[in-house]
Amino acid sequence: MSAVDPVAAIPHSRRGDRWREHGFRIALLSCLGIAIGMLGVLLYEVGKDGLGAVNADFLTSFASANPQRAGIQAALMGTLWLMAVCIVFIVPVGVASAVYLEEYADSRRWWNRLIEVNIQNLAAVPSIVYGILGLAFLVRGPLSLGRVVLAGGLTLGLLVLPVVIIASREAIRAVPTSIREGAMALGATQWQTISRQVLPAAVPGMATGTILALSRAIGETAPLILVGAATFVAFNPSGLTDSFTALPLQIFSWLSQPQAEFKTRAAGAIVVLFALLLAMNAVAIWLRNRFERKW
Amino acid sequence: MEAASTTIAAGGVEALGLGATRRRHGERLIRLALFGAAAVSILTTVGIVASLLGETVRFFREVPVVDFLTGTEWSPLFSDPKFGVLPLVNGTLLISAIALLVAIPLGLGAAVYLSEYARPGVRRVVKPTLEILAGVPTVVFGFFALTFFTPDVLRGVFGLDIQIFNALSAGIVMGIMVLPTIASISEDAMTAVPGALREGAYGLGASRRQVSVRVVFPAALSGIVAAVVLGASRVVGETVIALIAAGSLPNTGIRVGESYETMTAFIAATGKGDIPTGSLEYKTIFAVGMLLFVSTLLLNLLSIRFVRRFREVYE
Amino acid sequence: MRSTRIALVLVACGALGLGVAACGGNDSGGGGGGSGLSGKVTVDGSSTVFPLAQAAAEQFQAANKDVQITVGESGTGGGFEKFCAGETDVSDASRPIEPEEIAACKKGGVTYGEVQVANDGIAIVTNKDLKIDCLTTGQLKQLWSKDSKISNYNQIDPSLPDAKVSLFGPGTDSGTFDFFTETINGEKGNTRKDYQPSEDDNVTVQGVAGDKGGLGYFGFSYFEANQDKLNLVAVDGGQGCKAPTRDDIQNGTYKPLARPLFMYASSKALARPEVKAFLEQVVNDNQAVADAAQIVPLTSAQAATSKQALSDLEAKAG
Repeated sequence: MSAVDPVAAIPHSRRGDRWREHGFRIALLSCLGIAIGMLGVLLYEVGKDGLGAVNADFLTSFASANPQRAGIQAALMGTLWLMAVCIVFIVPVGVASAVYLEEYADSRRWWNRLIEVNIQNLAAVPSIVYGILGLAFLVRGPLSLGRVVLAGGLTLGLLVLPVVIIASREAIRAVPTSIREGAMALGATQWQTISRQVLPAAVPGMATGTILALSRAIGETAPLILVGAATFVAFNPSGLTDSFTALPLQIFSWLSQPQAEFKTRAAGAIVVLFALLLAMNAVAIWLRNRFERKW
Repeated sequence: MEAASTTIAAGGVEALGLGATRRRHGERLIRLALFGAAAVSILTTVGIVASLLGETVRFFREVPVVDFLTGTEWSPLFSDPKFGVLPLVNGTLLISAIALLVAIPLGLGAAVYLSEYARPGVRRVVKPTLEILAGVPTVVFGFFALTFFTPDVLRGVFGLDIQIFNALSAGIVMGIMVLPTIASISEDAMTAVPGALREGAYGLGASRRQVSVRVVFPAALSGIVAAVVLGASRVVGETVIALIAAGSLPNTGIRVGESYETMTAFIAATGKGDIPTGSLEYKTIFAVGMLLFVSTLLLNLLSIRFVRRFREVYE
Repeated sequence: MRSTRIALVLVACGALGLGVAACGGNDSGGGGGGSGLSGKVTVDGSSTVFPLAQAAAEQFQAANKDVQITVGESGTGGGFEKFCAGETDVSDASRPIEPEEIAACKKGGVTYGEVQVANDGIAIVTNKDLKIDCLTTGQLKQLWSKDSKISNYNQIDPSLPDAKVSLFGPGTDSGTFDFFTETINGEKGNTRKDYQPSEDDNVTVQGVAGDKGGLGYFGFSYFEANQDKLNLVAVDGGQGCKAPTRDDIQNGTYKPLARPLFMYASSKALARPEVKAFLEQVVNDNQAVADAAQIVPLTSAQAATSKQALSDLEAKAG
């Protein structure tokens, strides 16, 4: 608001003051510097080992006892299958929940308030507890699916569902009431208003939320340790009831091997994972910018 | 009313039928379906609690609760098993403490710099970078801890005499992992403080440092606390970094150069193998999982309480 | 501004597309050098036998693209539990099946056969900086038994290095664990508890290699695969210090820690051609598979016995 820098405009009379100011500023800057620096070193270390390892062979080979031959095809396909199951689950359930909570639920009712608090709590539960849930109900227990793609995808879906719900709610909330009122005035029912006016307008926000949820799911390791398959899987899943492995699992497994070449393979797999993450984030940003509507 | 709506709506809603009653039933069904979807989240919580509770109760039929909560030896898989969970709790607390000691000062410092000192151009670049970094998978940090941080930094640069699996490395790297989250959320809270408060302080002759520390920081306190508690619950619940970098030896004390097993690492290491349902080993996963779940739940509720109490409402 | 954004999206999509194209270009299960065999084979059990099973699975799947083989590492004990519950086709074991497990299999209605597939010796290893050349079985017992309070190697014998004890080894589901505790400490499951247990022997390797006072034990093939990082300790079983070599393990002179490795197959599974073919490859192609896994193979006499045992089993299975 002010054109003049307020700090410069105030006379500093004491020299001690100036040192304290500078010292504080430098301390803060070093905090930021250390944070960014350490993360930069991490990326450099991974990239240094990993970029060299990624080539067509790496992408098309399966895991092997011989690190020279080991590749990530099974892990990559497993990850893609898991993402597919995840999307099919979280989009309908997440969007429907958000629509209910925003458009239909009377927030004075205790059960609706309970659902809201519940979603907030679920977002903070450690991911390994979702793994336990998947193990107890999906892999064993009532559904007894075994350690298969369907169980893994559903476990990940449950983990990131709160993210989708929260993001979709924000998107729906951003649609102005005037749109809804206009539709109602023209005689549309509540569902018609939602399905033809509110939802289409909220789609970009919901899509962004879904993609961010997926990018979280793609990197999750802990739940898959409990729900995922045996250590050696050298084939691509061909159905929902097949065993699977996934990129984070493969990275974790290769890290347990003491040979240095396997560490390089792990770094290569991390690079591929990053590429996927970057792609998803880029799509999310593009969606947000392209379809952002100014009301 | 009916006649008017049917005429106007006739163009696009033939499928719904023209009768008022039929349309109302359709609406009812849709509402029910949507409620069902929202109820999935309730079912998830119920599922989590039920799965944990059932097996935990069965576990405590074989192992006394007192032994579990106060015992100091955790060796459930050996022939003379001991089920004292304190070593696992010790591991979790030790590593979390180290992580927060790293993440809180650095994160808050970075946040204050970004919100009060940095030029808008710098902030525009750094903020999204921090958000992207907050999304890096934790297995990458585990890789970093084991292949670089322990051998090259802690042993190499600092020459520390520590074991290959140790709490210090896991703790520091976990701190690095959660730092962007704490920084980003606190920075949001600080930026949300109205400029009027700052300008008032500047007008009274305060320096930038004084404004940051005495005006902005307290005003944003509820958001900052929320960020710190979120960071704490992420660190307590973190599995992979502890598993890869801190080892699987339950340990007591605070000798950070040694190996420690956390609650999460135990659950992952034990659950990785296919233990048969119903065995005592299987039940230990749930007992420890229950303890973990309750701890993070308490942390979460505490933060909501705290935030609500100290939230300053502007206009 | 807009053009850079578009460029970024294109680059990202390109990277993604490369990955998908690379996968799409490779047939995942449709023909190409197949023998017509298809189906699933589930293998689980000993982590010592795991490299052998993995190498065999790799070779087998390369020739039979429609067969899906999963190999697990739950430990000999864990493997048998699943095997006797009918959940796996083949169980890897680094010790023979035990009476309780035989009873469990009977209860689960699982009839099976035992085939020896390799030889192994348990290698005692230390960190490269920890120069211990030889330990007697008595000293090993002193170090590892249930009530052991040894915290420094020179407490066992003053001639040993002055270094803090840091132990690594297999977990309680492991056949190696069973065999070692029974042979050295006299009773299965008799062991001190303050060591880092893992069903994954690679973690043990990493631990020992990374710790100045590290000592651990696992199957010989894990030592062979990591010779550059570890120091091998000779074992004196009463007949002088003997460091394990392939020959000593094969002819049984590495006492008392040499042992045979087995695969158990259920008759029900053997009725399926893909399981039959897999086991036949392990036995008939033993030298090649064992070399790929860096495991000590069968002697020709042992191979002949195993071949016979397998064909008997197959005849029974029908």
